[in-house]
Amino acid sequence: MKNYLLRHLQNFFGSLGSMSRQPVSTAMTVAVIGIALALPSALHIMVRNGTAVSGGWEHIRNFSVYLVPGTSLDYAQRLAGEIQQQQPVQSVTVISAEQAFEELQNSAGFGDVMNTLEDNPLPHTLVVQPTADAPPAALRQMEAELLTQKEVDLVKLDTDWVNRLNAGLDLVQRLVWIAAVLLIGAVIVITGNTIRLDIQNRRAEIEVSKLLGATDAFVRRPFLYIGFWYGLFGSCFALVLLGAGFLLLNGPAERLSSLYGGAFHLMGMDRSTAMAVFGGGLLAGLGGAWSAVARHLADIQPRV
Amino acid sequence: MIRFENVSKRYEGGHEALRNVSLHIQRRELAFLTGHSGAGKSTLLKLIALIERPTRGQVLVDGRNIGRLPDRQVPGHRRRIGMVFQDHKLLEDRSVFENMALPLVIGGVGNREISRRVRAALDQVGLLDKEKKTPRTLSTGEQQRVGIARAIVTRPGLLIADEPTGNLDPELSLEIMQLFRRLNEVGVTMLIATHDLELVERIGGRRIVLTDGQTAGSS
Repeated sequence: MKNYLLRHLQNFFGSLGSMSRQPVSTAMTVAVIGIALALPSALHIMVRNGTAVSGGWEHIRNFSVYLVPGTSLDYAQRLAGEIQQQQPVQSVTVISAEQAFEELQNSAGFGDVMNTLEDNPLPHTLVVQPTADAPPAALRQMEAELLTQKEVDLVKLDTDWVNRLNAGLDLVQRLVWIAAVLLIGAVIVITGNTIRLDIQNRRAEIEVSKLLGATDAFVRRPFLYIGFWYGLFGSCFALVLLGAGFLLLNGPAERLSSLYGGAFHLMGMDRSTAMAVFGGGLLAGLGGAWSAVARHLADIQPRV
Repeated sequence: MIRFENVSKRYEGGHEALRNVSLHIQRRELAFLTGHSGAGKSTLLKLIALIERPTRGQVLVDGRNIGRLPDRQVPGHRRRIGMVFQDHKLLEDRSVFENMALPLVIGGVGNREISRRVRAALDQVGLLDKEKKTPRTLSTGEQQRVGIARAIVTRPGLLIADEPTGNLDPELSLEIMQLFRRLNEVGVTMLIATHDLELVERIGGRRIVLTDGQTAGSS
């Protein structure tokens, strides 16, 4: 038993040695596996960031009710009170025409334009914030009801594009899965092919071992370990690539974010993605080795 | 030790290499298998090592009918017999020591025991000082002696050799055969295929003659 474990250990590191004797081809295989694993992971992280950003834009579900210019502020406040009573509404804010005018005057670039105006052309506005779980249908019904009032000029409901963005992100997430499956398939093929070549190079050794009474498991073992190492190193390289990508994007992302008032921060690798990269890499490496070994070792029978 | 009962071997394509062969080799016996090339000597040895399976008849080694042995038991069977090949089948990219250690590693022997047994076997063939060399740097005779040492390093009860002196000059051939004789004297059963009748005369031992896949006589 002790000998058996010792042999395994020797095989384990011995296979590392046989890989290091062909550094260029080993490095190339590792690089290809790393890139293949990094691509879907990078896409996945992008989608995660996108979801976080669109989640932060929940307030965009707010809608604005513009009253016909000249409507009294009294009416605006009364209407606000009525809307407040309705089921899917969390709060209603009244922005009077004067407040809006002042705000525009103070914001960059508009000050001079506003000063040239004699009258305030702006209407009173109600900003309605629905509850978080308000169904879109209920909001559309409210919109329709408000529009029947003759004092209401325009209702601007801004949920459509957020919904579209979310649907788009769902689609991209699905694409990530497809890409992940395809690229893990590619890793299996790459490892399988590399190990097939390795088996061919060590044909004499395999033949002699079989003549000397080596079991299939004995002959198979070093190649499975090589597959394991390829998977491990490929995963590590993928993580390095993802880390480097994060560092490259983080600076510009922070600058962009600061222009929007620091609304979001770039998220890097989370633990479950890292585990998936490792798990996928190791499984694909072993799977590739297994497929090569299953197909090619049986072909090598001793010829005397 | 080895018993053939009405054994025939027909290869795919119809060539009948052995026809109705029956023979018996006692434990501790030294037997030579002679005959022209193509007479079936190699096929007979391959049946013993389970590199081929008999088409008809029974092959018994150590009382076991190996013709029907399931594939997964073939490695275990091979580990119990030593094999010497005409082209020695040493691995060029490994040292003499590593070549010799291979059957022991396969058999699951521990490291310390491996060094001990490899040195003992190398000592028996007189090559104790060559363990670090690669096979390519040895002479043909030395390579064959390493091949023999590898076959006995697991201490098998049976050793089979297929034309072990085929590539050697007469002097080296005699040396190799004397080595086999000594090994036989310490109790290893031996079956050696050779076409060198003169050499067999000088060493002495039982001769089994194969002609066209049939046993033509035994002396």
